[in-house]
Amino acid sequence: MEPTGYVISSARLDATFAALADPTRRAILARLAKGEASVQELAEPFAMSQPAISKHLKVLERAGLISRGREAQRRPRRLEARPLREATQWMEKYRQFWEAQFGRLDTLLQEMKSAGVKVRRKNNS
Amino acid sequence: MKHSETFAITAHGDREIVVTRVFDAPRRLVFDAYTKPELVKRWLLGPDGWSMPVCEIDLRAGGKYRYVWRQDSDGKEMGMGGVYREVVAPERFVATEIFDEAWYPGEAVDTIVFVEREGKTTMTQTILYDSRETRDAVLKSPMQKGMAMSYDRLEGFLASVGSVVVSA
Repeated sequence: MEPTGYVISSARLDATFAALADPTRRAILARLAKGEASVQELAEPFAMSQPAISKHLKVLERAGLISRGREAQRRPRRLEARPLREATQWMEKYRQFWEAQFGRLDTLLQEMKSAGVKVRRKNNS
Repeated sequence: MKHSETFAITAHGDREIVVTRVFDAPRRLVFDAYTKPELVKRWLLGPDGWSMPVCEIDLRAGGKYRYVWRQDSDGKEMGMGGVYREVVAPERFVATEIFDEAWYPGEAVDTIVFVEREGKTTMTQTILYDSRETRDAVLKSPMQKGMAMSYDRLEGFLASVGSVVVSA
């Protein structure tokens, strides 16, 4: 019962959600939302080696969620706006889809409650 | 957020997805709204701009149901249907579901249970996919990926990071 499943579908969205499915990667993105940072700076708050962090950064980069700055030494990572904006819009649409269905059902149920006898009689005939 | 208190979508086990919603009505009415065609057509309309021209329900074990939605702007249609495996009014029903152009192979089995407490009804819909292959295919679709994560957590995260991004 989820028609949105193929109304909205794209490889990019798929990659975005896969990248977001990990708590460390979400934390990295939350940090980058405040401003760009080097790999070392990103590794600091985590009990993780730089190679481990680099692996996560690679996933985020492949999903187009982050990019590398030009500065030769630091190569700071920065957040890329578009995929996240698309994911946000998609989640919002998805939520709205279900809420619209259930909202209509709420309205219908109120009607049925106030005119319950009439509805039942009609349906039984 | 208000909807979080009454509405949840979560992954359960390897093969299931569970949707719950609380309705302010006795379960007899909620059950009717889910199983009588003239009532189903009033709310299960699909995305904005779609209508539901076909809604046929033969509510008994072994009976079939058929839904068709139509996009009003271009007449594009999307259909699904299945067979009821178990019907216990007004408590529960179990039905298979398959879309005409399914984005996953095989059919899924929906179990919808209505529990009433103090005049309110909790609807729990469990969607069970039929094999590991199906489950894997479903997990590759973006919709199910979104559902497979903790929905509220992801939504909260996207709201916080997304607002920074959108305003940037």
